[in-house]
Amino acid sequence: MIYDMKPEHIIGEYQEVTLDLYGGIRRLILYTQIETPYPDGKLIVSTTDTSGVITHLNKSFVEMSGYTEEELLNAPHSILRHPDMPPVAFKDLWDTVSRGEKWQGYVKNLRKDGGYYWVKATVIPNVRNGKVVGYTSVRRKPSRTKVEECSKLYPTLF
Amino acid sequence: MPYILTVSPDFSPDHISGWYIFNTWLQKQIGEAIHLELYNSFQAQHEAIHLDKIDLIYANPFDAAMLVREKGFLPLVKAQGMSDEAIIAVNEASAIRDVTELSPGSRVAVTEDPDVRLMGMIMLEPADLTVDNVQIKVCDSYVLVAKQLLRGDADVGIFLAEAYDDLSNIIKKQLKILVQSQIGVIQHALLVGPRLAHRRDELRDTLLAMNVDEKGRDVLKNLSFDVWASIEDEDMEFMIDLMDTLNT
Ligand SMILES: Cc1cc2nc3c(=O)[nH]c(=O)nc-3n(C[C@H](O)[C@H](O)[C@H](O)COP(=O)(O)O)c2cc1C
Repeated sequence: MIYDMKPEHIIGEYQEVTLDLYGGIRRLILYTQIETPYPDGKLIVSTTDTSGVITHLNKSFVEMSGYTEEELLNAPHSILRHPDMPPVAFKDLWDTVSRGEKWQGYVKNLRKDGGYYWVKATVIPNVRNGKVVGYTSVRRKPSRTKVEECSKLYPTLF
Repeated sequence: MPYILTVSPDFSPDHISGWYIFNTWLQKQIGEAIHLELYNSFQAQHEAIHLDKIDLIYANPFDAAMLVREKGFLPLVKAQGMSDEAIIAVNEASAIRDVTELSPGSRVAVTEDPDVRLMGMIMLEPADLTVDNVQIKVCDSYVLVAKQLLRGDADVGIFLAEAYDDLSNIIKKQLKILVQSQIGVIQHALLVGPRLAHRRDELRDTLLAMNVDEKGRDVLKNLSFDVWASIEDEDMEFMIDLMDTLNT
């Protein structure tokens, strides 16, 4: 499940916005301008079912998102959705993986404490016996140049 | 004709005798003739794989994907508690203190190990380095990667973490680690090929019970780990998917 963000979890000064997520979910987002740098040498891994609900994750995911494993498991992956991310990016992600192809892109993710972290994400369909049974995403540390490019580009895509 | 066992050519030279001892032990346990064939290059091993010569292989994760998806190999076991990790290092005297200070055109010393190279290149990406804008210098061993750095013939080196740890202290003192991966889920796997697949369950049970008797424990000690852990089909598929996401 996804819940509204709570002021007591937020670190620092924040802004508010309400996002409409897939499946009729409305979420109150509280977000700050505080960036958590991506840790060197680590990969963030998660797997979802075909509708984008998290079914598997690793420790780095817990560490970077600020949520507990219990909060993340069975939650829609949009729990990380940051208001600065243009919806077309995720439309492209879903269109690509639905065709059975690999998607790669730079994503600004929202932490439980309202802060954010940038990743380079690769999402692939998990094909078992010829059928797509879910999706796996692996995030790695992005280059600063690419993050700067996306920080300029994304606001123009709304 | 005996079955053929082979080991990914990135095995540590310290373990050569360990693999021979392992093969002797295995033949006795399952009552089949198995010949251990060690190839000294990835290319030679790949040729043998394509000619369907191999029946058992301790494969690196990169090749495991191809073996399972294209050659019908099935997973058996992995060394428990071990994972393949990579280290990025430079000469101790280098002005570089962080990966992001490296620039395109850098000379990168590597070995042919495909998974280590992959993990290493991912750790160089934050500096906008890719295989297309660096100069790759392929070495025959990790000691030679280190020597390239010591001589100033390369700016940065990609090491298998285990191989880096095995370098002599004299060499290590002249190197500086920039990043060490902490991936945890990528590792070598023992796979069985189609000709021997009918004995898969028995092979797996035999291997999993290896640490129960003293002989088996000694054999494992020669390979530097304590016990095998089972790899289920889905574990294997997951690792292959993971390698797939990294391989872009
Ligand atoms: C495997 C996988 C991983 C995903 N990872 C993220 C992520 O890290 N951050 C994110 O905002 N959305 C991620 N998404 C996309 C979300 O499912 C969702 O589409 C997105 O957050 C936008 O929300 P919405 O589709 O509800 O509008 C991922 C989707 C899949 C299938």
